[in-house]
Amino acid sequence: MTDTAIAYSPARSQGQIMKLVLRWLLYVLLITFALFYLAPLFVMLTTSLKTLEEIRTGDLISLPREVTFDAWRTAWSGACTGIQCEGVRPFFWNSVLIAFPAVILSTLIGAMNGYVVAQWQFKGANIFFALLLFGCFIPFQVVLLPMARMLGLMGIAGTIPGLIFVHVVYGLGFTTLFFRNYYVSIPSELVKAAKVDGAGFFRIFWSIFLPLSLPIIVVTVIWQFTQIWNDFLFGVSFSQAGTQPVTVALNNIVNSTTGVKEYNVDMAAAIIAALPTLIVYVIAGKYFVRGLTAGSVKG
Amino acid sequence: MQFLERNLPKIMLAPSFVAILIFVYGFIAWTGWVSLTRSRLMPRYEIDGLIQYQRLFDSLRWDTAFGNLFLFGALFIGISMILGLVLAIFLDQNIRAEGAIRTIYLYPMALSMIVTGTAWKWILNPGLGLEAMVRSWGYEDFTFDWLVNSDMAIYTIVIAAIWQSSGFVMALFLAGLRSVDGEIIKAAQIDGIPTWRVYSAIIIPSMAPIFLSAFIVLAHLAIKSFDLVIALTGGGPGFATDLPATYMFSMAFSRGDIGQAASSAMVMMGVVFAIVVPYLYSELRAKND
Amino acid sequence: MAPILDIKGLYKNYGSAEILKDINVSIEQGDFLVLVGPSGCGKSTLLNCIAGLEPISGGTLSIGGQDMADVSPKDRDIAMVFQSYALYPTMTVAKNITFGMKVRGIDQAVQDEKLARVAEQLQIKPLLNRKPSQLSGGQRQRVAMGRALVRDPKLFLFDEPLSNLDAKLRVEMRTEIKALHQNLGATMVYVTHDQIEAMTLATKIVVMKGGVIQQIGSPAEIYNRPANMFVADFMGSPAMNLIPAKAKANGTGSYIEIAGSNGENIVLKDESATNLPSDVIIGVRPEDILEEGMRAGKSLQKAECHVEMVEPAGADTFVGIKLGGKPVTARLGAETKAQAGKPLELAFDLAKVSYFEPQTGERLG
Repeated sequence: MTDTAIAYSPARSQGQIMKLVLRWLLYVLLITFALFYLAPLFVMLTTSLKTLEEIRTGDLISLPREVTFDAWRTAWSGACTGIQCEGVRPFFWNSVLIAFPAVILSTLIGAMNGYVVAQWQFKGANIFFALLLFGCFIPFQVVLLPMARMLGLMGIAGTIPGLIFVHVVYGLGFTTLFFRNYYVSIPSELVKAAKVDGAGFFRIFWSIFLPLSLPIIVVTVIWQFTQIWNDFLFGVSFSQAGTQPVTVALNNIVNSTTGVKEYNVDMAAAIIAALPTLIVYVIAGKYFVRGLTAGSVKG
Repeated sequence: MQFLERNLPKIMLAPSFVAILIFVYGFIAWTGWVSLTRSRLMPRYEIDGLIQYQRLFDSLRWDTAFGNLFLFGALFIGISMILGLVLAIFLDQNIRAEGAIRTIYLYPMALSMIVTGTAWKWILNPGLGLEAMVRSWGYEDFTFDWLVNSDMAIYTIVIAAIWQSSGFVMALFLAGLRSVDGEIIKAAQIDGIPTWRVYSAIIIPSMAPIFLSAFIVLAHLAIKSFDLVIALTGGGPGFATDLPATYMFSMAFSRGDIGQAASSAMVMMGVVFAIVVPYLYSELRAKND
Repeated sequence: MAPILDIKGLYKNYGSAEILKDINVSIEQGDFLVLVGPSGCGKSTLLNCIAGLEPISGGTLSIGGQDMADVSPKDRDIAMVFQSYALYPTMTVAKNITFGMKVRGIDQAVQDEKLARVAEQLQIKPLLNRKPSQLSGGQRQRVAMGRALVRDPKLFLFDEPLSNLDAKLRVEMRTEIKALHQNLGATMVYVTHDQIEAMTLATKIVVMKGGVIQQIGSPAEIYNRPANMFVADFMGSPAMNLIPAKAKANGTGSYIEIAGSNGENIVLKDESATNLPSDVIIGVRPEDILEEGMRAGKSLQKAECHVEMVEPAGADTFVGIKLGGKPVTARLGAETKAQAGKPLELAFDLAKVSYFEPQTGERLG
């Protein structure tokens, strides 16, 4: 007994050292990767707080010698997007005006669709769902041209309602999918019980299903908000000078060729454009991740 | 009244159904039709065969764009998957502050690709970015000019795209690792199987569906990539970093060549179709069984 | 008096699949009808048809003398208790019970009074402000019952309401449902796959298989005179022994010859069985195979059997023998002399046996 313990102890401690080294290595690797992911944000932030002079002479990752918010002020209300020089402010509000109604509408319609597909099975409901599911995956390039013409025919080309409409239509696939997958796990006996109790289609939705839906509503709202706020393709295709969303304005500021290149203003504008979705992510990261995984792993 | 009551579910679904039929399938049909015509600035509706597709595949610019799609797609998907899996396994080792690290790895997914492009464009610009920084440290001959080098610019897009999406792949894989039956792992540990073997022989093989999902999502992102190229390189230098998505957009909105735009969109559609349809088909069939 | 529930020639199809075929049942006020059968026999579908949750494909269904063809569930004057209880998860117990009244716009004072009465009846007063997720299985079951009781309907429908409870609670709730039925004088239709539940609760049993009614009758009729081999096998536990035999007419009765366990045949004389074909299946309940001294009478016929297995089960001992090439179970007393591997003299009570046609499985006589 004692013999074996003595015989094994050096090997054991060697193993333990090995383990400790590996553990350290693991943390070093994890932190290195964390730095890789954080670096761009760090560089953006420090650059936005430097003067142009310091940017030209200093280096990329040094902290600002003297913190200035001038670039932020310019980015918010003075930077030029092409010929206009009002900063990103008006476009930021455009994005708000597009995102809020589009998120609310697409979530509501998605909830209703999901409720019908999951709980009121009828012939054709599955076909509808399959068509919808495939619609989630089409490259939007394939609908850009006809949609531009359709918006023209409807008289909402280049307007904010036009963009809201586009986002609602192409958001339906995912919002319906989210709610359908959530509602499908609710036993169908609940609807039967409510029917016997005398409740109708809307009553059951309103009194029984909606109160159950808070988690999936949060997931859907976050998903839709992120998608719509970050959208560039629809924004650049279907807007005009006064109705562009903030992503389009940011791209215009960065790529405007007139005058001196103001990198600090570019970075401040980029952070402003990213801030709403970043805040949502920090506050409700759990639901954000759930949306991402729900959108990819079909339940 | 009875009729209304009985058909309410169908009535409620009808507007969405009609919207999907028109705005997805009708529009695909419209684009498909126009891709077979000689449309230029305005759409024309007389079918004229495959002329647009012939022009497309004769075009050097499309050649570059289509080639880039596969180069970019393969590198982006491959590296994101490997990196995502490695990070997920690392994070699965009872790491302290796992939540914080996960949050850091995943936050780029919340950003717009325009923001990502803007950030990396600044970092990678040779004049004041990474190259200048390393030179200022005394390595005067250091060059890192991928962003303005037409042979290398496509790789800057790969880097930025991986930076943005690999955290998401990590989250997917981590969820997959955690969903493996704990008793199987315990049994393997009792059998004295080393940790790396537990991963390679038991856990990873059981995650095949998650690999598939991750692949589908990444492939889908790669094909739709548009914002990132616009913000990072604008398709340049020259057309060196064009992708089908940017090709289509420039044909549609700046060149006034609707026929080319439509045919390139249909080719993109075909690529997505080839990847997604078998996947959806198997998913739906598995569910019906 | 008109029957409360009257079903005539009911058919139900899903596409080309016939789920229910030519169902004819009717029950009177105060009846407790149990639909019993193995899973997939269509009993739950039939209940859903009665509730109006599934449309019927043919035939008629009337409740209280009124045809239900175009009447939606809410207007059928029924209440239903579900297997999963189907309690509304976001509502308190009180709201769960009053939801139906609220939907129908019933006066708040009436709601409160009825709620109080039902809470009293089911002893769930302390639970009224809880959510379903805070209740145990048995409590949920009670709330589900409360939701049905408060409606005071013409017809109560139960869809396997006890199958999610553990064994002890199931027996308790069974007794309670029985008491409820007797106290209220209510009319109930009850679906179960558990034949003991069916026997203990029902005033009338419908045995179903493959969407077809096999037999309708009182529990005693079903047990003592099963209409076919399926019913004989399904109702009763342990199941009725079904033994292949040869029959030979003899004056007023018949000789029944069964292959024994060691090559020798057993011959039993049934004084009252006539007109049997030469090949029959004889059905004997385990409690009708007896040991000496358990029961007396002229109908008892003795035979020596070889005991293969002895299974004590407290009050009874189950003894396994082999007859007609089939394992046969006898239910003997705790004090039995049976020993595995030894011969034992057993008596068969031929007054209680059933005969079946081997090909069709139908009852003879």
